[in-house]
Amino acid sequence: MKPSLCLENLQTCELVAQDMRQDILRMGLQTGLNGAHFGGGLSLVEIMAVLYKSVMRVNPAAPRWPERDRFILSKGHGAMAYYAALKQAGFVTDEELMTFKSNQTFLYGHPSMNPDKGIEFSSGSLGLGLALGVGTAIGLRKRGNNQSRVFVLMGDGECGEGSVWESAASAAHFGLTNLVAIIDKNGLQYDGPTRDVLNMDGMAEKWESFGWQARTVDGHNLAELLDAFEGPGNQPTVIVANTVKGKGVSFMENNPAWHHNRLTQAQFDELTAARGVNS
Amino acid sequence: MTTFTRANVRTWSMLGSAGTFGLTAMGLPDINPETLILTADLRNFSGLDRFASAHPQRLINVGIAEQNMVGMAAGLCNEGFSVFATTYATFAAARSADPVRVNMGYMGLGVKLVGLGAGFSVGVLGPTHISLEDIAFMRAIPNMTVISPADCGETVKAVEALATYPGPAYLRLGGGVPHPVVYAGDYEFRIGRAIRLRQGQDITIVATGPVVYESLEAAKLLEAQGLRVGVINMHTIKPLDTDILQGVYASARLVVTVEEHSIIGGLGGAVAEHKSQFPGTPPQLIIGVQDYFPHAGDYRHLLTETGLTAPQIARAIQSRWSAVA
Repeated sequence: MKPSLCLENLQTCELVAQDMRQDILRMGLQTGLNGAHFGGGLSLVEIMAVLYKSVMRVNPAAPRWPERDRFILSKGHGAMAYYAALKQAGFVTDEELMTFKSNQTFLYGHPSMNPDKGIEFSSGSLGLGLALGVGTAIGLRKRGNNQSRVFVLMGDGECGEGSVWESAASAAHFGLTNLVAIIDKNGLQYDGPTRDVLNMDGMAEKWESFGWQARTVDGHNLAELLDAFEGPGNQPTVIVANTVKGKGVSFMENNPAWHHNRLTQAQFDELTAARGVNS
Repeated sequence: MTTFTRANVRTWSMLGSAGTFGLTAMGLPDINPETLILTADLRNFSGLDRFASAHPQRLINVGIAEQNMVGMAAGLCNEGFSVFATTYATFAAARSADPVRVNMGYMGLGVKLVGLGAGFSVGVLGPTHISLEDIAFMRAIPNMTVISPADCGETVKAVEALATYPGPAYLRLGGGVPHPVVYAGDYEFRIGRAIRLRQGQDITIVATGPVVYESLEAAKLLEAQGLRVGVINMHTIKPLDTDILQGVYASARLVVTVEEHSIIGGLGGAVAEHKSQFPGTPPQLIIGVQDYFPHAGDYRHLLTETGLTAPQIARAIQSRWSAVA
């Protein structure tokens, strides 16, 4: 058995995922009438928990450590899951987390580059993250850094952007085995089901045809995720993670209305009571 | 660093601005050991074949994928490399506008984006390749530096200066081949510091790019008619050299901007935006390309069609001067 799949590690990741979900609700609640991107944040929770608690080499005490792994949240609207993970990894305090989307915060609605807080790049305009990942991966190789990997997290709706496929071709062309793309395939985008808006069925096959090695996993199954993130292959790797938008909150799950919406105090209290966690 | 011998100045002119870029690139690894050059299938057009042979590890051809190129260049900058990236000016500015805005502007990653064939220099290829809006695109983005050299010698200067310049920049390269020579000898080039090429109390022409040469010739034509016309080479459009402009406002009775670019949003716009803040400044004549897509044509033909040759510039100035004086 791979060491990352031991019971203890799975339990740690499970607890982290629970905390992150609660933090996402807390962050979302305090945005009040501005609202927040709940759906696409909640679908990322297990992926981010696994990356930040088990897979990636990062160090909040030395955030610019050259041999760290690089993470790029290309789907910038998944920011709440990113920030919740950065709290778990020790980059961001709970107090800072609760400034999300306030007027003075550094935790914007979409991530804003802040290396000391573990935010490698800004994002928000979809389809730009993979190109940054390709450049970063080439740069690491040119430095002779064989330790670090580059992780780029995208959405399935985001794959409608042509720039994604420019970068996909490029990563395979340059043989970037140190590059890992993750597709948060929650099947929903702003205006409805991805299948109805712009059908991207055959996601894994699309990436394979571009020269990537693809793995399809249940994006909420910690063991499957941990296994998929093990060691580099001979091609760039894409992990197609089948997820549920709004995962973990019954009325948000698979509900396009919760792509971006407002959470009321009553809803929050009810959820918190039902989850049996401390708010 | 490259020297301004007579032979070099002639060679640069014969190569044109794109070829001069490629030749200058040969020396960049000595200026900055972190040098990398990316190109979107324009290695040959950028004059980079020799560079590719001499420094194969420093050249990355990304194919016809400009948005990806800008993102890759930004990622490499973030890892500490000094990155130039070349493509046609229209694709650098318009097609890559969002990656430029987010990666270079918002994040401030110091990519040096080189827009080749700017203005009319590849005019025979038609409006998709005639770049008349790139200055407007680029200078509207916060943090961007925008440079438009007057000739190939200044292209050498600008490329060498950018090799150690920390911030993001757009280098606009165009002009005909052979490229008219403004600088026959060496001079001091500093990013953001315009250069007065000619004194003259009545009228000051502030020009950028290859039409600096036409502006100098126009000034001579006007001098023959008794007008004293100064010429300033505003090689850096952003940040604009406002010190030199304040001097112009104080002395000239007519300010003329000349550019091989749309009259919307280019050098004329930049000067007008600045000048409008101060009461009592002299009027401004904006000479550039009217708001339309010129049909395909060679460089000289298009300069003539759009009124940017020296005699046309002189006539336009004289006509406005008669209303001012």
